[in-house]
Amino acid sequence: MSAETAILASLLLPLIGALGIALAGQAPNLREGITLATSALLFVCVAQLLAPVLAGMRPELLLFELLPGLPMAFRVEPLGMIFALIASGLWIVNSVYSIGYMRGNREKNQTRFYVCFALAIGSALAIAFAANLLTLFLFYEVLTLITYPLVTHAGTDKARAGGRTYLAILMGTSVVFLLPAVIYVWHLAGTTEFRAGGILPTAMDKGRSRSCWRCSCSVRRRPALMPFHRWLPAAMVAPTPVSALLHAVAVVKAGVFTVVKVAVYVFGLDQLSGATDWLIAMSGFTIVAASVVALYADNLKRRLAYSTVSQLSYVVLGVAILAPLSVAGAALHIVAHAFSKITLFFAAGAIYTAAHKTEVSQLNGIGRRMPWTMAAFSVGALSLIGIPPFAGGFSKIYILSGAMAQAQWFALGVILISTLLNAAYFLPIIHAAFFKPLRADDLAHPHGEAPLPMVLALMTSAGGTVALFFFSAPLLQLVRQLVPNAW
Amino acid sequence: MSLALHLPALQVVLPLISAPLAVLLRHGGLAFATVTAAAWTAFACAIGLWLQIGQAEGGVISYAIGNWPPPWGIEYRVDRLASFVLLLVSGMAALVLPWSRASIEREIPRDLHYLYYAMFGLCLTGLLGITITGDAFNIFVFLEISSLSSYVLIALGRDRRALTAAYQYLIMGSIGATFIVIGIGFLYLMTGTLNLADMALRIREVENTRPVLVALAFLTVGISLKLALFPLHQWLPSAYTYAPSAVTAFLAATATKVSVYVLIRFYFTVFGESLVFDKLPLPQIMLWLSLIAMFGASAIAIFQDNLKRLFAYSSVGQVGYITLGLSFDSVNGLTASIVHLFNHGIAKGAIFLLIGGLVIGMAKAGAVPPAPTFDRLAGLAKRMPLTSFGIVIGGLSLIGVPGTVGFVSKWYLIVAALEKDQFWLVGAILLSSLLAVAYVWRFVEVAYFRAPPVGQEARCEAPLALLLPAWLLVIATIWFGLDTSLTVGSALDAAQQMVKSGR
Repeated sequence: MSAETAILASLLLPLIGALGIALAGQAPNLREGITLATSALLFVCVAQLLAPVLAGMRPELLLFELLPGLPMAFRVEPLGMIFALIASGLWIVNSVYSIGYMRGNREKNQTRFYVCFALAIGSALAIAFAANLLTLFLFYEVLTLITYPLVTHAGTDKARAGGRTYLAILMGTSVVFLLPAVIYVWHLAGTTEFRAGGILPTAMDKGRSRSCWRCSCSVRRRPALMPFHRWLPAAMVAPTPVSALLHAVAVVKAGVFTVVKVAVYVFGLDQLSGATDWLIAMSGFTIVAASVVALYADNLKRRLAYSTVSQLSYVVLGVAILAPLSVAGAALHIVAHAFSKITLFFAAGAIYTAAHKTEVSQLNGIGRRMPWTMAAFSVGALSLIGIPPFAGGFSKIYILSGAMAQAQWFALGVILISTLLNAAYFLPIIHAAFFKPLRADDLAHPHGEAPLPMVLALMTSAGGTVALFFFSAPLLQLVRQLVPNAW
Repeated sequence: MSLALHLPALQVVLPLISAPLAVLLRHGGLAFATVTAAAWTAFACAIGLWLQIGQAEGGVISYAIGNWPPPWGIEYRVDRLASFVLLLVSGMAALVLPWSRASIEREIPRDLHYLYYAMFGLCLTGLLGITITGDAFNIFVFLEISSLSSYVLIALGRDRRALTAAYQYLIMGSIGATFIVIGIGFLYLMTGTLNLADMALRIREVENTRPVLVALAFLTVGISLKLALFPLHQWLPSAYTYAPSAVTAFLAATATKVSVYVLIRFYFTVFGESLVFDKLPLPQIMLWLSLIAMFGASAIAIFQDNLKRLFAYSSVGQVGYITLGLSFDSVNGLTASIVHLFNHGIAKGAIFLLIGGLVIGMAKAGAVPPAPTFDRLAGLAKRMPLTSFGIVIGGLSLIGVPGTVGFVSKWYLIVAALEKDQFWLVGAILLSSLLAVAYVWRFVEVAYFRAPPVGQEARCEAPLALLLPAWLLVIATIWFGLDTSLTVGSALDAAQQMVKSGR
């Protein structure tokens, strides 16, 4: 398979899969079979692209012109490769998990769920491979709209209100901030293509800083930087697999992915110096504030959501520091956080399915009944705190050393404080689960582990979190291509 | 081939003949066949002209009616803009006519069918004539043909309020037409010619005289009435709401668009940019009126309870985008206007056709279709999945979501605003599209999240004859949102030609 066909295949496969899923709506086993087969095939297709990218090639696919001079085009570069690998790889795990979750909770409209899910993954891949800002923006909007039915899946008033917040903030900010930024970049540079070193002409000082301001404005809300974070907790009304993959991996990652991509390929790191102080301040504030909110959240998914808000700001912070090392750390943190957070969400969903518990305060002693789930949860939590030998360990170290190299003491302090806060909101859960005794009313309601597919899925992602720490060579190689002078 | 030379005449004459034929035949089915055949041939003529324009020298085809050479005789003059609008008008007619056969069956008494087709043919003739003619008085004549026939078409609606709506439109439209004819009279007085191209040359000598300015004022107000520029839009919402569905769809997609075309024609071809945009405060006035339309009308739309009325107000708001593009006085601004003419035409056409199918699907067999109020639409997505999904896609285009035609228009509007360094305008354009999100989402929440009324859960999708043409337009809104070579290419060429002719 040539690289070009591989790109086309990875963009079309989810579409075809969605069609198949829709047609097989009456036969659940066949439908889930198609989901699994599509996700596996998709991963194979995406993996095909890894070797050429590692070899330094940048496979391209040009479809047609959206507007004169603005083609819909795709090009695989290291960062997009990383993102595509995570999205497609975790989709397999997530599909297995979804089967357990959706059946275990007897959710309605399962066909719609799987169809939208496949389409969402397809648009996430299109975002990953987008060769210019316009293509990226287009699929951004598609992703938002496709995930809307997933967020409102339950169809209750609460889900509807959550969906409204979700849509209003995401659509509003992308139309009001991102769109003019895209057009302005086009207006200034005459192209919106992503190129190494940036595309904005160096001479245009006034225009540059202005457009820089706009661009950063525009992308800051998808990673849910405060005060634009509210959609993320609102979106937690969705079924857990959606929260897990879409809101820990695809949607928010698409946002931070765009931040990194815009910084590296539209502005170029050298040009940004001095223009990001406010971004450091803002993301620093978000990291600490969101961690504090998480500390007081009793609903487990809500706590995880705020933890996501805080963790993603690490990525923004890493970029804003502008040291090559910290940008590399930011890219790595996208991966580390994806694996860790999906594990945590999987565990939350497993607890809900098996024990029907949603609050942190109800979790006393649950580790004894669901040892696998809680072990995986611990792995994810420790990784996010930044403890080796888990994936989150080394990305944090990179960001830290970058901050030191640039003498960004504020950023340094923020990371240290938030690490303590991370520990403060995760460790009590682990402690309660394993060391506190079961409560009396729990004894009356015996339950065991969650359904097998769910346990399998969460063990796999937890295993991935560990494996990433030990077998990170290809990943590091990709990152090195992204930021050549990182080390 | 000699026939190809006469395409400009055939374009108008064929629908014109079909209308009296329909009356003579006095039979619904035969009238339908005649007028539809004429509309399809007109569409073919428009495609032929569009292809010819691509090769014509200077991008203009001139045709002397009765072989009386211009400026003495009546000249039909097709340039890039005219051929693009002809394409839209005749294409919509060719699509709406077959659609309307199944629709008027339920909405118009059977013995009036042949009149409906006759009036439709006349309305089409008028709109095509306005677009193609190069003669000022001829514009007025065709304007009256299209207006009078559209009053009748609107009055054919089953709801009694259709009569008042038509009457209101009649009064407002007549005032507008009177203003236009007064304006043309002044121009004739000062230049001694009615041929637009000739007038454009002669007007230079008398540019700064008061009668010319008065003519400009009368024409602007008169045409603004016809195109429903805020605050001259009052006739539009009721007319669209109570007219038969097919009429609403056709008029929404074409009538106001042709009026915009006339405005562009007078501004750029006759008066010239320097007079209209540099010496008078017209751009500022138009800018503010457009902004009020974009915000005001869209805000009113949010609170409507009748779906047809909601989208009628949205049309007033969308016209604001078109006139906003005009007020920039630049190639990109004009491109935005022209491309939005087309884009909004197909998106709104699709929405109104789908609503037409919706009311018929909801009605019991043989009964008069009910008004599409929100309480009747609850749970629509379960009952008519294709119809509701199509309306959502049309709505996304009104918002300007990328991948739909609305995005393309908005792109050019914003580029035009950035060119002028009007950053606040960029903000205004984008904020106003959030209002569109609000009214489109009202429909989404009612259709997708409310449970259908008890006893009406069964699927009742509109018949295929209604669904198919509507979905053709829905697909077009996505197709032309992704592949813009036809629409943007034509609009850009047309805008360049207009701006060049205005200098």
